Parts: sequence; structure tokens; C-alpha cells
Amino acid sequence: MTAYRAAAAMGRTVRGRALVASDGFSARYDLDRIAGIFSRPQHELAGRSYVGVVLILDRAKGGVATAWMLHEMAARGIVPAALVFNTVNPIMAQGAALADATMMSGFEVDITRAVPDGALVEVDAEAVPPVLRVISGAETG
Amino acid sequence: MHLHDEAEAMLRGEQGQARRWAVEHQIRVGRYLGARDLVPVGQAHIMADTESLGEAGVAFLERFAAMPEQQRRVRVPTITDPRGTDFGAAVRLKQQDWMVALERRAVAAFEALGVLMTNTCINYQTIMPPVRGEHMAYGDTGVVIYCNSVLGARSNFEGGPSALAAGLTGFTPRYGYHLDACRRGSLLVETDWTPAALHEWGALGGVIGRLAGDYWRVPVIAGFDRVPGSDELKHFGAAMASFGSVAMFHIEGVTPEAADAFDSPRPAPVTVGRQAVASLLAEYATGGDKVDVVVFSAPQLSLLEMQAVAAMLDNRRVVVPLLAVTSPQVKPDADRMGLTQRIEASGAMVLSGMCFYQSYARELGEANGWRRLATNSAKLTNILGGYGYAPVLLSMEQCVEAACTGRLP
Repeated sequence: MTAYRAAAAMGRTVRGRALVASDGFSARYDLDRIAGIFSRPQHELAGRSYVGVVLILDRAKGGVATAWMLHEMAARGIVPAALVFNTVNPIMAQGAALADATMMSGFEVDITRAVPDGALVEVDAEAVPPVLRVISGAETG
Repeated sequence: MHLHDEAEAMLRGEQGQARRWAVEHQIRVGRYLGARDLVPVGQAHIMADTESLGEAGVAFLERFAAMPEQQRRVRVPTITDPRGTDFGAAVRLKQQDWMVALERRAVAAFEALGVLMTNTCINYQTIMPPVRGEHMAYGDTGVVIYCNSVLGARSNFEGGPSALAAGLTGFTPRYGYHLDACRRGSLLVETDWTPAALHEWGALGGVIGRLAGDYWRVPVIAGFDRVPGSDELKHFGAAMASFGSVAMFHIEGVTPEAADAFDSPRPAPVTVGRQAVASLLAEYATGGDKVDVVVFSAPQLSLLEMQAVAAMLDNRRVVVPLLAVTSPQVKPDADRMGLTQRIEASGAMVLSGMCFYQSYARELGEANGWRRLATNSAKLTNILGGYGYAPVLLSMEQCVEAACTGRLP
């Protein structure tokens, strides 16, 4: 099991399958929040579902809408299990705080390269310091 | 994170549950982002269109609105970003009744909190520009980057919940652009080209935003051959914030903190110019020559932009919808000066108090059959791909021509 320490985290500890890309994230710019998929054609995850996964991306991007949208997504249950970034902007922290979401950021490595897409991971937001653990590799077949 | 006595009292619930939620929210955000204390703010500015809020967000606001008046009223002047509709035009836009009803509920809730429904993203041009050094809790990226960079105010991106929290408490966590250290330059951009048209300013802002690519990086731009105007910097900053999540820039010889942006020696520069802008424009120029709708919005149009649109539409007729979106502060002046009448005489629509991408853009496109959209807003071009549009970034003149012919130039 490999573990990666983070600079900051909030929320509860969760486990889930990782959905990984080196792209950015904005709920307004990138998502079809009704269908629960990435809808921006240029996004590396275009067409893939973000529901229930540990979403591991490079950075928060774009505008302020994500601060409300995470709350709205959580209310409908169409939301990732956790959000993990190399770098966040304040909007992600504000949105995660309102939505009571699990979020983690600030690693010593590029976390989008360290964690394989599809791996089972644990986001231990309650540890000091916070830790992301890779429990097992990507599912196959 | 240090809390002063008043914040401690709010945390204990002594000023009601609304302020208790607000300070708890600020503590969670402030701890995550390394704030050491709270800073008083002069204004809060709330982004809260109902596409973002959803039913859950509106219900959240209504819980506050139902609290006793003394407990629910904001403590500092608190204003709003554009709404999700222009109530007078919702039917023409084919917005659905539930959207309008949700907007009305949100408006009623905000009014109960004592929020001023300014419904604008150009408050720095129309309401009250901040003073250099004034701490704010602004909730629109275009507002934040303009006020930090051009006016020397101090604000982070404050999403709707955090701007509401700042309105309720009168302060915000002190991190990021409230601190001197975060306002220094971290990327030097040199250019030998000064844009002429607004869409070029936006495109250049987009190029620099992509280069920076991070909220915490502050580009310093050198090489413009003149001082840009307010609308030019509005498009420049809004696009930089949209493409790169950037919250502050400096322009050497222009913006107030540029002289102190770097310690010696300066970092090695990155050069950008006309070619980089042409490449960005080309990214959006591949969707055929038919156009479904033309939109001037994001940011809302100033009075001078309204005048320019009116002049271009005089004695012309549009054959596809053209939407010119402005603020509720500019609209009465545009009415009084005949600009609205001149624009609408062409068949175009003047809308007020909304912004296209904040107004259920996906549903607008589906209801009206709009996919190929022409605009002079680089910010709008960047946003709308995820909403199912194929946007193209053109000059204002080219957009008007497209609206009058149905074809891209």
C-alpha cells in the first residue's frame, strides 16, 4: 500500500475508486450535473461519470459557481465521493465546506501521476497530516 | 486561526444561527487555506444564480430568511452578481416557469437578509469602485481580478456561500490576496503587441491565464504601448480569471502595485503576442460558417459598449437572435439615451440583470436551437463548451455582421 501525505484536508475519511486526470476542475465549465458526467469536450474525462468516485485532478479552475454547485450536487446525490487536487483555489475549499464534502490537496508528488486511474483509494481526511492511501490497483476486465 | 471577541460570540450563537453558521464556515475555509485571523470587509458581493444554487441552495437561503430579522440581516453592504433571468424577457428566452419561480424565491430570500439586488458583475464600473487597500469579499472572478489589479483592492474569489458569510459577519478569513506577500508578481509576461478590439484583449487575457494556470500565480505584463481603458481591462481580466483561475495581475506602468511586483532580479520573461492570440481564436473557429445566436455578455456591457452596439445596428436587421446583456444600472441610462431603442429596432434584444452563462445556458440552447454561438467575450467562449455550445470568438463588428447575415464572416 502506498500513502501520500497532503497539506490540507476537510471532511470525513472515505474509500472509493479513483478517477484520475491531469486536467483541471470546475463544476460549471466541465460538468453536465444532471447526467453526472464530464461534458466539456476538451476535458480529459469527457463523457465519464464522476458520481461516487474519488476524483483526482490537477487543480481547481474557472469561476465561483462550484461553491454552490457542490452543495446542489450533494443534495441530489450526484457527486464524487471525494475531491483530490494538487492545487486548489478558494472556491473549492468554500464549496467543500458548504457541501460537507471530503477534499484533500497539496502533495509532495504530482498526485495525478502517482495514483492509477481506477485504483481503490482511501482519502483519510481526518489523519494528521492528511493521507491518501492506494489500497489496490486498477480493476481489470 | 485567531478569532476576535465578536467572532467568538458569533460562534457561541449569541448573535443567532445565521451568523453562527457564517463564522463556522469561515473557520473551515480559513483553516484549509492557512488564514491566521479574520479581516473586516467593506462590501460583500454574492454570486447566486439559481442554476448554481438549485433547489437545495434556495432552500438553504430561505432557512436564513425565516430567522428573526435582527439575526438574519447582513452587517456590511452586500450586493449581488447577475441573476439567472431577466424577468421581463424570460418568456421570449423560452425559459421555463420553474426557473423563474426559483429565481423569485432566491430574490425574496436575499431581500429578507437585507441584500441589495444589484444583479451585476460590473459593480466596479457602476455601483461603487473600491479604494486601494480596501478589503472586500467579492463573488465574481471578473470583479475580483479587476478590483485587485486595476484598483488595488484586496479580495479573494468569494463564492456565494463565503460572500454571504462575509455579509453576515462583516469579515472574512485573511489569506491569499488580503496579504502583501500573495500580491507580488510570480510570472513575467512580455509582449510587443497591444490589442485593439475588446475580443483581442479577452483573448490575450485567456492566453496569459492559461500560462499562469493557477489561482496563486500573479502575472506581470510588460510591453503595452498605451494605457488600456476600463472595458479593455474588464475583458482582459475576466478572461484571465476564466481561463486560468487567476485573481490578480499587474501591468507595468499602469496598475497601482506594478512597481513593487518583483524583487531584483526579475524572473526570465515569457513572450506572448499576436500569434498566441491568433492560435486561441483559431481553436474556436472550426464549427462551420452558420451562426445560431450572437451574445454580448460576460461581463455585462458598459454604457459605452451599449453605445457601440447601437451604432453598429443602426438601420440594420438581425436575422438570428442577438442578445445584448447589461446591468440594471446601465439599462435605465441606455433607455433614456435611446440606445436600447436603437438596438431593439434591429430585432435584437437588450437584457438586464442576468448574464448568459448564468441563465440556464444549456436549457436556453436546447429550447431555442442554439448551438453555434458568436460572441466577443473570451470568457463566454471558454465557459460554454461544457454547456453544449460551439462558440466562436469574434470582434463586436463581426458579431453584428453575423447576426445580420446568419453567417460567420
